[in-house]
Amino acid sequence: MRSHLRLADLLPVSTVGLRSRPGRAALSVLGVAIGIAAMVAVLGVTRSSQADVLTEIDRVGTNLLTVANGKTLRGGEARLPVTAGQAVARTQGVLSAAVTATLPVRVYRTDRIPAGRTGGLSVRVADPGLLTTLDGALLHGRFLDPALGRYPAVVLGHYAATTLGIRDVTDRPRVYLGDHWYTVVGVMAPVDLAPELDTAALIGAATATDDFGYEGNPTRIFVRAQTERTDEVAGLLGRAANPAHPEEVAVSRPSEALTARLAVTDATTVLLLGLGAVALLVGGIGIANVLVISVLERRGEIGLRRALGATRGHVGAQFLVESLLLGAAGGTAGVILGALITYATATGRGWPALVPPAAIGAGLAAAVLIGAGAGLYPALRAARLSPTEALRTL
Amino acid sequence: MSAVLELVEVHKVYPGTPPVESLRGVTFTVDSGELVAVAGPSGSGKTTLLNLAAGLDRPSSGSVRITGHPVETLDDRQLSGVRAHRLGVVFQQFVLLERLSATENVATGLIYRGVPAAERRQAARAALDRVGLGHRENFPAAHLSGGERQRVAIARALVGRPAVVLADEPTGNLDSVAGQGVVALLHELNADGVTIVVITHDERIAGAMRRRVELRDGVVVHDSGRAS
Repeated sequence: MRSHLRLADLLPVSTVGLRSRPGRAALSVLGVAIGIAAMVAVLGVTRSSQADVLTEIDRVGTNLLTVANGKTLRGGEARLPVTAGQAVARTQGVLSAAVTATLPVRVYRTDRIPAGRTGGLSVRVADPGLLTTLDGALLHGRFLDPALGRYPAVVLGHYAATTLGIRDVTDRPRVYLGDHWYTVVGVMAPVDLAPELDTAALIGAATATDDFGYEGNPTRIFVRAQTERTDEVAGLLGRAANPAHPEEVAVSRPSEALTARLAVTDATTVLLLGLGAVALLVGGIGIANVLVISVLERRGEIGLRRALGATRGHVGAQFLVESLLLGAAGGTAGVILGALITYATATGRGWPALVPPAAIGAGLAAAVLIGAGAGLYPALRAARLSPTEALRTL
Repeated sequence: MSAVLELVEVHKVYPGTPPVESLRGVTFTVDSGELVAVAGPSGSGKTTLLNLAAGLDRPSSGSVRITGHPVETLDDRQLSGVRAHRLGVVFQQFVLLERLSATENVATGLIYRGVPAAERRQAARAALDRVGLGHRENFPAAHLSGGERQRVAIARALVGRPAVVLADEPTGNLDSVAGQGVVALLHELNADGVTIVVITHDERIAGAMRRRVELRDGVVVHDSGRAS
């Protein structure tokens, strides 16, 4: 002869309170839902934006290297030797290399523009192979080739073209470059890995020598290496570019800037997750609060159940399960809301929408855990309520 | 006739300053099949007696036996088991779960015995028929009249065929017509063999019962005696 509550009955018994006051139950769930939604959205949005950066890294490739003139030991500007471009191109593991060199001249829309208003644009010499090496694209026209490189022809970076008011090249627009008129033959699409080219006007080496006395010393060489040998090649480039002073050569890997962006988002994620956790905690306290009130209001029911044969454990379990259900409901609502926020944000920014399954699992688990924690105290109070006291207050 | 409820020299003291001695040596026995009224003015110890008889509280000294199980020696689980299997309780305020239907409320009376849901519903319908509420099966408790609510509560106490039904002022919240109906129902049920103890301060109800135990200041001042 013992008191026994079937497991199948525990659930309906535990939802009596929720069914009696659905509005209050919904409100008490709101805090947990917001907390979980915040955490899922933070993880989802972060993952989506990272996926975007990763696709970008994939697209531009991690095998691009740049070789630049570093500083001399005395702190002066080092120049790369004239032979650097060819030497780099011959280095083992290099697929292609393209030389650029900044020129001490500026580019203007017309010859009437005051010299000081450069618009932040630069003029550079560029190898015909530059576009291929960078895996870049043209918006209009064509790129420099060995023949064009002998004539006053210029290819503009994306930003440079906008600044100079060049929309397309069919009318053969001209720009005033140094003290010469140059014809615009092409406009490049933005180059993610070499943003300095977006603000540049590119001309051929031959015409640069004729018009501006360019001596052939590169300032930056773009190198595409075999992907698996990229690190090894990076180590060889200094000696190849400047055998006399390899320490003056700066070799860098532009994809590292993108990798750094991944790290930055990680740091922000931790902060935002912390905020989500605070919301979750407040939500849990909300549930505990509502249940404590509920225990007080339902003393009659507790007394009745005890009189009908419920043990302390049965009464405690009833309120604990009610709290778990509230937590789980908040978790489910939060996960759905968080996924929707992620989807909206990612779609709005053109990222692939990604909600990590781990975030969904962790969100639900955290919500149930919060529910359990929140229910513990009210459940204990309900269980400890003496039946005679519970019935006396009727 | 076997004894379903035995109180021997029961004392109950509530701590406080000064301590309140609610029962001072109460002894009486209820046999199976009896209809007993425990009467007395307020403050005489009636509610304390009900709590002890219902296994909701333990005596300070003396012995309370429910169908032979000594309440004072049982732990919470064992005592809960005795309540679930041997006792039915009817309260003055009915104490129904408002959102549930009449049948569901009655079926709750079997939930802590581990009876499967389908069996509970079947037994609950039978019990509702027995108290004359067969036509109200699916009504939410909140929509029933006072008299009907108390009948649902009585059906809930009856549904597990307990050894004894304890009713605490069952007519206290009812108008006189509904109250008379409930008293008549208790008489009918007793005629069918249900053992009933009614706690009341209403002299007319107490007078109509076959046996009357009168409490005053925590002691039995009159007992019209066991029927057998």
